[in-house]
Amino acid sequence: MSSASILPLEPSGAQAPWTQPYRGTVGMACLIIAESAIFIIFIVAYIFYLGKSLTGPAPDQVLEVPIVGTICLLSSSITVHLAVLKLRQAKLRAFTFWLAGTVILGTIFLLSTAQEWYRLIYEKGLSLQTNLFGTTYYSLVGLHASHVIVGLIMLSLTLLLALFGRVNEHHLEKFDTLSLYWHFVDGVWVVVFTVVYIVGR
Amino acid sequence: MPFENFDLTRDYLTHPREKTPVSTIPAVKGVDETQATQHARLPAGVIHEWLTTVDHKKIGIMYIVYALIFLVIGGIEATLMRIQLAVPNNHFVSPQVYNRLFTMHGTTMIFFVAMPIMFGFGNYMVPIMIGARDMAFPRLNAFSFWVSAFAGVLLYFSYLGGSGLYAAGSAPDVGWFAYAPLTAKVFSPGHSTDYWTLSILLSGVGSIGTALNIVTTTLCMRCPGMKLSRMPLLVWIYLVMGGLVFVTISPLTAAQIMLTLDRYLGAHFFDTQAGGSAVLWMHFFWIFGHPEVYVLILPAFAFMNEIVPVFSRKAIFGYPAMVAASVCIGFISLSVWAHHMFTVGLGAAGNTFFVFATMVISVPTGIKIFNWLATIWGGRVVFATPMLFAAGFLFQFLIAGLTGIILAVAPFDWQLHNTYFVVAHFHYVIVGGILFALFASFYYWYPKMTGRMMSEKLGKWHFVLFIIGFHLTFDFMHIPGLLGMPRQIYTYEADRGWGTWNLIASIGVIFQIAGVLCFVYNLVSSYYRGKVAGPDPWDAWTLEWSTSSPPPEYNFAVLPTVRSRRPLWDLKHPEDPDSDYEI
Amino acid sequence: MSFLRKRQSAGFSRGAIGRIIVHGVACAALAHSLPARADTPMTLFSPADPQAQSIYGISLFVLAITLGIFIVVAGLLTYVLIRYRQRPGDEKHEPAQIYGSNQIELSWTVIPILIVVTLFLTTTRVILGTEAISKPNGALEVTVIGHQFWWEYHYPKLGIVTANELHVPVSDDEHPTYLEMTSADVTHSFFVPRLGGRMDVIPNRVNEAWIDPPQPGLYLGQCGQYCGTQHAKMLLRVYVQSKTDFDAWVKAQQQPARRDFPGDPAAAEGERVFLHNACINCHTIAGTAANGRFGPDLTHLASRDTIASGAVSNTPENMRKWIDDPNSLKPGCLMPSMHLDAHDLDAITAYLTQLR
Ligand code: HEA
Ligand code: HEA
Ligand code: HEC
Ligand code: CUA
Ligand SMILES: [Cu+2]
Repeated sequence: MSSASILPLEPSGAQAPWTQPYRGTVGMACLIIAESAIFIIFIVAYIFYLGKSLTGPAPDQVLEVPIVGTICLLSSSITVHLAVLKLRQAKLRAFTFWLAGTVILGTIFLLSTAQEWYRLIYEKGLSLQTNLFGTTYYSLVGLHASHVIVGLIMLSLTLLLALFGRVNEHHLEKFDTLSLYWHFVDGVWVVVFTVVYIVGR
Repeated sequence: MPFENFDLTRDYLTHPREKTPVSTIPAVKGVDETQATQHARLPAGVIHEWLTTVDHKKIGIMYIVYALIFLVIGGIEATLMRIQLAVPNNHFVSPQVYNRLFTMHGTTMIFFVAMPIMFGFGNYMVPIMIGARDMAFPRLNAFSFWVSAFAGVLLYFSYLGGSGLYAAGSAPDVGWFAYAPLTAKVFSPGHSTDYWTLSILLSGVGSIGTALNIVTTTLCMRCPGMKLSRMPLLVWIYLVMGGLVFVTISPLTAAQIMLTLDRYLGAHFFDTQAGGSAVLWMHFFWIFGHPEVYVLILPAFAFMNEIVPVFSRKAIFGYPAMVAASVCIGFISLSVWAHHMFTVGLGAAGNTFFVFATMVISVPTGIKIFNWLATIWGGRVVFATPMLFAAGFLFQFLIAGLTGIILAVAPFDWQLHNTYFVVAHFHYVIVGGILFALFASFYYWYPKMTGRMMSEKLGKWHFVLFIIGFHLTFDFMHIPGLLGMPRQIYTYEADRGWGTWNLIASIGVIFQIAGVLCFVYNLVSSYYRGKVAGPDPWDAWTLEWSTSSPPPEYNFAVLPTVRSRRPLWDLKHPEDPDSDYEI
Repeated sequence: MSFLRKRQSAGFSRGAIGRIIVHGVACAALAHSLPARADTPMTLFSPADPQAQSIYGISLFVLAITLGIFIVVAGLLTYVLIRYRQRPGDEKHEPAQIYGSNQIELSWTVIPILIVVTLFLTTTRVILGTEAISKPNGALEVTVIGHQFWWEYHYPKLGIVTANELHVPVSDDEHPTYLEMTSADVTHSFFVPRLGGRMDVIPNRVNEAWIDPPQPGLYLGQCGQYCGTQHAKMLLRVYVQSKTDFDAWVKAQQQPARRDFPGDPAAAEGERVFLHNACINCHTIAGTAANGRFGPDLTHLASRDTIASGAVSNTPENMRKWIDDPNSLKPGCLMPSMHLDAHDLDAITAYLTQLR
């Protein structure tokens, strides 16, 4: 081995191709880990306080399973995935279509949550201050909803750009990262849904 | 003319000291040749440049300076506490003021000294050491810094705004672990606790952002040839530390959100009157709190991993084991939190589990100690100031770890919990360990960051004074702990036999202050008068020493390619390159 | 539960190795270098109950082991730093580069594991010997309630309510004291080192503990968990009394408060002033209209050695000062100053000092 060949400042071109993961994906993965930890704490609090409220109402008295919203949110994972596929194939029309579908489905979910909260607050008299159940329920579901809102804002921005023809296949990696976030939001809902509406009821 | 020469403001490339013909490594010349000239800028431009910079080196330096300022503030708080505790039944400060002092001291030191300074060094070192030009997300990096900086200011604003501006002087007084329900509105009226919560919430956002950046940079920005298995140990450890930050700071953030909901919107997370649980807060806090202390000690290990080999003139002993040990520490540290809660009545099974998990940590930690020992063994130890502090670290961390083991013995902890023995334990780790490691790395990397050597003479004074002060204060603090002195008390009874020991501990602070003053003076004066360092003053082996000191904005004119863990060793010893031996 | 213990075997330090190490190294090195017990009433090195004894045993064992590790590792560190320091003339050559050794590294993984296992097993023995024990019959039951910044004690079976000074009988194996602890506000900790450490006192939760002291005496402690402004002066005093003394104390405490004060008009006047002031909203004096629960029970206040949770001794001057302005004696305490005039102060003081 000649001394020149181990020069630390040798131009990189001389080497075999050197590939590393895309930083957006890694960054998003990190964010997801951190966010998961936050959700876990809220979920633990929810489970820990199940049945510990000193006053009513209890979950089984007031909660109704949000089937429509859940179906919409879960299928939005599929649509966003399709959008990524289409973008990869550079089919921008189809991409915009599926992206719009995702935004609509997400919005329906959000509306169904809003409607459920309205019912709970004004009809069932359950608020954040009512009891431990109210405290943990609103904070957990609210935390998730706030993530949906953030995701929706980003998706809508992308949609807007797409409608103005500003998105093309070169943005694939970025959009892929965004879709990762959206899948995460969906995945969290599966857990929250199971804990709140199935186990906790 | 001094100002001409040492104006940080200019583009590094046009820096006059760059012109000093110091480069012994041919590669460095490559950098010199790429120099371009730029015209000098006005002070306003300078400030603007620092405020808007996204350069990881500048952000790193800002983190460090910011942390040093808070170190002095936290140190002044500590000094006031030590004055109050010097003699029994003292009236130097009122109980309210004292309680604020230790809350602010603890919070400041952990969140606004230790964390930012570690992120500062990480910011500066990680990209250079892996041969990158900047962090993965430079703007996020700047954002994280400014959020953290704002959080520190917010915390201290509580002194003015804690219970409304008219009642100045009310900082939070709930202790740095702020056990519920003391933090509830009923028991902590006013806004002081809100400042505490919100500033920690914000600093958490900053920490997560920076950790995300560090991890992503490490995984995605390495120069060609820099495989994971060739990364400097420092970078490895920052990777683990970053991962730990995600899973520890986030629970704290979640808990602070809950507390904020409790205090502002009348939620009941920690409201014991409404059936809430005080113990839940303890769990949440320590799920953060314990891994947090490893978030802080891991970078200290990282500095040791760079400094001990260079000053022993040997490769690190057992690189793979060191990596494995760091990763193990990261994982195990997630399962030990309840050793802070041995006295809340967890029951025999719970206590036993946490005793075991806690003690197991000593195995990977021991591996580190022994590997450093083996690194020194057979070497040629150069006792420059960095190595002096490193040696101090080794002994003191050993003792601190062993007192940790003592505390991990649950029955013993029933006696020692919340006594000064615990305070002594953690200052031994934090001051004797982390702070010593930091001092070592200041002396080690200052030449790289500024292009100037720090004064060795002042450095030795700093070392001697600080080590005397440290041992006077914190060695003798163990004894009142064993004699039953609780912590977080503003004064104590004269008949308990604690007086003498406290007096000695307080006297030690004088020496610590003198030491820190030497250090600060050294930092400032060496900037103007220090010996010109050249790119590689310590004859070291990692990539940061291959570029000029201070490095140009883009770090490397040509991105390096590496073949081994010690690229500069290979360069200096072409006949015997490292790559032949590495597994 | 930290106080719970096995009645007979005190958990630790029965093994031969333990005894040798404990008595050989640690006693000599540590216990003797520390001041005598009278000067250090809260030392853990002078256990006064079997539970504390067993903690004492394991603490010496652990101290000895860690001391041993320290001597070995610090010795090695000193050795390498001195032996391999750079000497003049060395600068030219780099030392031989060694990258690692699996065997050696394995050895310093395995040895610590063995030490850890030993430590863990001994610790577990003590934990199980203390925490996994059920409540025996014939125990004296006391409910301990922590308040910011004082202690309330109930003896449910004896019908006694008192504050700040806990009285328990000497334990002759049939009369341990069983403490049920909870808090009225924030988290405190019941911490009396010579009686075996501490147990946290947590709101909305009941913790249990035992004390079983064989010797009469006064055992000092204090609140062991930061609980607010006056955490420092939330002191604990446990009076362990012989059976007869304790019975006498119980008899006295079961009486309602004294109502008639022949030949002491000041006290009688004081009672009137007291009952017409806000005092009764916060304090109970059994047999009178005062039945507040926010502050300590004052029925037999004069029988206590200290006031305000051990902050000051119970003298008429201190009492007067306290009632005049509690914050001057215990800044930050939750009893407000009632702004009484000198006459009322004298009268109340005269009254309260009569409540034996
Ligand atoms: C950076 C900081 C740091 C570090 C690294 C540690 C390291 C350790 N700590 Fe410490 N600790 C704190 C900071 C730290 N701690 C703080 C801040 C608190 C108090 C918080 C508060 O209440 O405010 C605390 C409190 C604390 C407690 C709770 C005490 C109480 O409140 O009652 C306990 C109990 O188990 C403990 C244990 C340990 C152990 C076992 C280690 C281990 O990691 C140590 C491992 C190292 C060694 C053991 C030495 C080297 C090993 C060998 C030479 C091998 C051979 C040795 C053996 C086989 C034993 N610590
Ligand atoms: C990074 C962490 C860190 C560091 C570095 C320190 C450093 C020091 N700490 Fe701190 N400490 C904590 C973290 C830290 N501490 C925490 C987490 C707590 C728990 C809080 C709680 O219970 O809530 C605590 C609690 C704590 C207590 C217990 C308070 C109590 O429980 O009642 C004491 C008491 O002595 C103390 C003392 C000191 C001293 C003397 C130093 C010294 O080493 C400081 C030396 C530095 C200086 C002195 C600065 C130099 C100053 C200048 C150069 C300017 C000139 C100075 C003057 C004019 C005064 N600390
Ligand atoms: C707002 C409630 C409140 C009122 C009103 C009040 N006290 Fe108190 N008092 C307390 C509290 C709380 C303590 C315990 C203080 C401590 O030790 O921290 C206390 C303690 C005491 C003690 C010491 C008891 C002990 O066991 O050591 C005395 C004596 C006393 N009060 C007398 C009075 C008198 C006399 C009045 C009326 C003039 C009065 N208090 C009015 C709340 C009150
Ligand atoms: Cu009660 Cu501290
Ligand atoms: Cu810990």
